[in-house]
Amino acid sequence: MTAIDRRLLLAAGFYAGLAGLALAQAPAAAPPATTAAPGETRFITVSSTTSTQDSGLFGHILPLFKAKTGIEVRVISQGTGQALDTGRRGDADVVFVHARAQELKFVEEGFSLERKPVMYNDFVLIGPKGDPAGIAGTKDIAAALVKVQERAAPFVSRGDKSGTHIAELALWKVAGVDIEAKKGPWYREIGQGMGAALNSANAMGAYVLSDRGTWLSFKNRGDLVISVEGDKRLFNQYGVMSVNPAKHPHVKFDDGKLFVDWLTSPEGQKAIADYKIDGQQLFFPNAQQAGA
Amino acid sequence: MRDIASILPLSVDRVSFTGEGRKLVDVVSFAVPAGGLTVLLGPNGAGKSLTLRLCHGLLKPSAGEIAWANGAAGRVKRHAMVFQKPIMLRRSVEANIAHALAAAGISGIERRQRCGAALDRFGLGERAAQPARLLSGGEQQRLAIARAWALRPELLFLDEPTSQLDPAATRQIEELLSGLVAEGITVMMSTHDLGQAKRLANRVLFLHRGRLVEDRPAADFFAGPLAPEARAFLAGELIW
Amino acid sequence: MDFGAIFQAAFALMVGLDPAFLAIVGLSLRVTLTAVLIAALIGLPLGAALALARFPGRAVVIVCLNALMGLPPVVAGLVVFLLLSRSGPLGPLGLLFTPTAMIVAQVILVVPIVIALTRQIVEDLWAEYRDHLRSVGLEGLRAIPTLLWDGRFALATALLAGFGRASAEVGAVLIVGGNIAGYTRTMTTAITLETSKGDLPLALGLGLVLIALTLAINAIAFGASRIGARYAG
Repeated sequence: MTAIDRRLLLAAGFYAGLAGLALAQAPAAAPPATTAAPGETRFITVSSTTSTQDSGLFGHILPLFKAKTGIEVRVISQGTGQALDTGRRGDADVVFVHARAQELKFVEEGFSLERKPVMYNDFVLIGPKGDPAGIAGTKDIAAALVKVQERAAPFVSRGDKSGTHIAELALWKVAGVDIEAKKGPWYREIGQGMGAALNSANAMGAYVLSDRGTWLSFKNRGDLVISVEGDKRLFNQYGVMSVNPAKHPHVKFDDGKLFVDWLTSPEGQKAIADYKIDGQQLFFPNAQQAGA
Repeated sequence: MRDIASILPLSVDRVSFTGEGRKLVDVVSFAVPAGGLTVLLGPNGAGKSLTLRLCHGLLKPSAGEIAWANGAAGRVKRHAMVFQKPIMLRRSVEANIAHALAAAGISGIERRQRCGAALDRFGLGERAAQPARLLSGGEQQRLAIARAWALRPELLFLDEPTSQLDPAATRQIEELLSGLVAEGITVMMSTHDLGQAKRLANRVLFLHRGRLVEDRPAADFFAGPLAPEARAFLAGELIW
Repeated sequence: MDFGAIFQAAFALMVGLDPAFLAIVGLSLRVTLTAVLIAALIGLPLGAALALARFPGRAVVIVCLNALMGLPPVVAGLVVFLLLSRSGPLGPLGLLFTPTAMIVAQVILVVPIVIALTRQIVEDLWAEYRDHLRSVGLEGLRAIPTLLWDGRFALATALLAGFGRASAEVGAVLIVGGNIAGYTRTMTTAITLETSKGDLPLALGLGLVLIALTLAINAIAFGASRIGARYAG
């Protein structure tokens, strides 16, 4: 055996050792634990929407929850549709979104045992200062949308099946505009999150529907201002659901339930109400309101 | 290793080598006994280099047989080869020698001793730590020979070892080769340099178009070659 | 756009040493360097073997690997996502939305680069060394250690290319990591997030820091290989 052969043998041994290590790691990494082993970080995974993340709400309330329970909340922020799918696949323990009908469907399909209302904020129609549709300062969202469509003023749609996108489509329906038939070059579906949509609207001088929270914390406003607000139909309800362990046995149901219960408890509700940007409250807790 | 049976004589028996549809080496037979310096002589494309590579085992003959006196040559070759353009590893002078020894399975103290001996023997001691590729052409070829010598070959093949060197470096290499022969190493080299062949050879194998046309003691060959191609070559007429 | 604000943001990030920011930088480096290390362990020997081996379909393999160098990170991310999702074949490992998942995705992105460039480098070196190595009895697998060692400075460039691809990409780590604050948030996903929050100066500031880091690592590698090459020729 030559020195080179020894080196080759050594390399082979090294790789065999690595493979062994990897194999040994695999089962170690696979405890279907519903609660963390001692010494490990106790955490749950929450799939939520871009609006809760981008508005900074989580940055405010999650440290409070962790201080109380020791549970770290890992938030994946996605569009509502995608966030629900993440829950369906079992990749999240709790889903926290804003599209009531779809949330109820999620429960109906058995992916969660119960949906609980948490809070609401409202949508606002954002538009350029120049106001090409002539709707600035009005309160009737349906009438405003009709004008946007009639004048073919640039309009940015999320186009990503998010809660905001679903709300936007519902508002077109309320306004009596068949957006599928009427949309033209003025109607721009970008397929991205709320922040990206606001960035696009700023760049294009377009109208865009946004949740108020994201708008208030958004920094790259440029010429954008609020065009329409205050219509009851712009109401935006958030709900929370823990994933059903009957569908996905590995989910951390107990810790997830702790989070859901805390969010809807007086303590959690107060934490939500306390979150303000420039003195403006972003979300309004309403866990006790029946039918929300 | 010296006490086991010698690998020489080497016997080349009706060896042919076909490449690109042509017979590049055409039924060549000769034997290489121990001792002396044999020159493969002939114009470009005669098959000198191929013959050396076939003997060293870098190429497999298409037909015929190459046999060593001790039967199978064994795990460690006792013949080494130096190429026309010295192949220098991207390492120090010393590491180049050590690498060849490691490849031959020589390790530890013996490797260090042989390295040191080769560096001294070929006057490379001062260069030991320098990158081999920064040596001059002549020094590189000297290192290539030192590297081969460290393997303690019975038979050393050299393929046109001086064709890329200036006259001074060429003379140095020629002196080295004479020294190796005096040391008892059998040398077989190719060249198309007539003067070099005259200065060094004990025996000449004259190749032309892949065929061995003359195999005689050097003195006899240069006194009066028998084959017309060899006569033309000696007369300085280019033949292809 | 106020460029003063961008540099101010970048400067504040680098000087402020905010723990959250340092955690992001630390995670980015940990994930990418681990991925490159693993990719090197896989890619260097495979690339060298591919350089020396002759088998039917070799050309097809080479073309495929070269094409994989351009694999969109999002696609790599999606594949890893589907594999690691609780509903996927490797779901029970519970690796989705962890740094490990990000490393896996980046390994997939970097391995083709390492293999393809290693093959090219080793093949060129083999063409030069072949006669001598075969003469001293090093053929096939036995030639690989010599070729990898002697090609180490060129191979370092291949690894740097891999590092560049891994550290710059956002598509894969965003999908499989989830951009979880304090856990799987890297430089690039943080840039994406700050962009979506409309905080463009902070996003660009983060970008400047990323560029500075990449520059530093490249400079170190370049300097090291320069010094090394001087001693190895």
